[in-house]
Amino acid sequence: MTDARQGLSGLLDTEAIRKDFPLLDRTVHDGKKVVYLDSAATSQKPRQVLDALNAYYERHNANVHRGVYTIAEEATALYEGARDKVAAFINAPSRDEVIFTKNASESLNLVANMLGWADEPYRVDRDTEIVTTEMEHHSNIVPWQLLAQRTGAKLKWFGITDDGRLDLSNIDEIITEKTKIVSFTLVSNILGTVNPVEQIIRRAQQVGALVCIDASQAAPHMVLDVQALQADFVAFTGHKMVGPTGIGVLWGRQELLEDLPPFLGGGEMIETVSMHSSTYAPAPHKFEAGTPPIAQAVGLGAAVDYLTSIGMERIHQHEKAITEYALKRLLEVPDLRIIGPTTAEDRGAAISFTLGDIHPHDVGQVLDEQGVAVRVGHHCARPVCLRYGIPATTRASFYLYSTPAEVDALVDGLEHVRNFFG
Amino acid sequence: MKLDSMYQEVILDHYKHPHGRGLREGDAEVHHVNPTCGDEITLRVKYDGETIADVSYEGQGCSISQASASVLNELLVGKELSQAQKIQDAFLELMQSKGQLEPDDAMEEVLEDAVAFAGVSKYPARVKCALLSWMAWKDATAKALSEGKTA
Repeated sequence: MTDARQGLSGLLDTEAIRKDFPLLDRTVHDGKKVVYLDSAATSQKPRQVLDALNAYYERHNANVHRGVYTIAEEATALYEGARDKVAAFINAPSRDEVIFTKNASESLNLVANMLGWADEPYRVDRDTEIVTTEMEHHSNIVPWQLLAQRTGAKLKWFGITDDGRLDLSNIDEIITEKTKIVSFTLVSNILGTVNPVEQIIRRAQQVGALVCIDASQAAPHMVLDVQALQADFVAFTGHKMVGPTGIGVLWGRQELLEDLPPFLGGGEMIETVSMHSSTYAPAPHKFEAGTPPIAQAVGLGAAVDYLTSIGMERIHQHEKAITEYALKRLLEVPDLRIIGPTTAEDRGAAISFTLGDIHPHDVGQVLDEQGVAVRVGHHCARPVCLRYGIPATTRASFYLYSTPAEVDALVDGLEHVRNFFG
Repeated sequence: MKLDSMYQEVILDHYKHPHGRGLREGDAEVHHVNPTCGDEITLRVKYDGETIADVSYEGQGCSISQASASVLNELLVGKELSQAQKIQDAFLELMQSKGQLEPDDAMEEVLEDAVAFAGVSKYPARVKCALLSWMAWKDATAKALSEGKTA
């Protein structure tokens, strides 16, 4: 144990937590224990979630909202029960404001398409503007580019400062009376930055623009309270918060969900259908066409239970301690440059860096040989790489099961990388 | 160690001391990217009749992609187009072998330094890195041919 590990406070009992995650016990490359540092890409899954998926398929599998038989009613109760759990988890005023999607990308695309097809006052058209930021994941850039291209609206964005924060110095010029929607990430997946929501929302409200928040990197790691945020839409995904893949969430304010048009049409989302026209079910079903990801929603419900049983505030404190320790240790590595904030203030647990001129692909490959799993590349945030004049980064990201010993394994691994390419 | 099978000394040598790097005059230019990792290459070909007079390139990427471009330059410049296409085919076959192909003498004769990439074929995520410059060369050659720059 290194000296720096002494006195870390706020850590969770990772020894107990890790017993819940079967994958963390496996080895790679002839017996090397996996050091999983890619939770920002996807988290590992606890047995409780895996058991919920299994139990659903083994005992309760039926389509939802249709059959009158016992199993169908159980399936519906489980699916809708998951909605209740998610609603409580994000402090939604109403369960009907929680729309299940397949991931955060679909949630963000759904908002873009609602606005593209909306009537006044929400309609995005050639006389209006869309605002995002240079810090976004591609999933919060491309849907808005598509919307801008299809409607003629103008796409504007906030830049990033040298130390990895949003540059809001020109906020009044970026968000104007023409702005219809401001969409930004709460926590950057590449820089780790936690953004100042309040300041942006205040300006958006001044000009009557809607606000959409990408909470994909926030929901797994901190208390997410959609009422406190005061946004109009909040998107996140299940698989990053110990849930299964294939399930995402869009929360939206009830009156907006009532007013805005559906995007995908099909079963489940209708009230009545004739060959000439249809009327739609109330939200959230209006936005959930077709058989939904039932098992995955049930799994997400179990994930929410799991996280809640540990406590989001405690998870946040744990990650803060790990992040502080990791920043400190990484800054000791020669030639290592952190891309993003170098202190744990207003910062999430994803840390991107470059190592001399060794390409991140090569860094990741040599780390893998030692069992250390990190993400390399542009992290679906290429504009950030362009902003800092780098082709790619190596990213280590931490979660409730991460330990200081794993930070040490990363730092030792980087030493090995430097020797290999030195 | 297994890593050494990927990072052969020959590959690291080409990475640290690339052959023919830099953009020079050419008959056609292409820009290829590997969208999963952001590796990029701009490559130009220059033909003198059927002979490859030059392959010049500029780019950024990992050691595998950069070394591969260097090996390509060393192997193809001065060759006849038909011969170069045989080399390209052999390299593609090797890279798509998933580590199952043990290069024999005949293959070594065709591929020279490029046989060092045999180990890379075991790593699916890295095969694209090794092929980036070769795909760019193929594309640039097709472009040069369609523009009638070669005989």
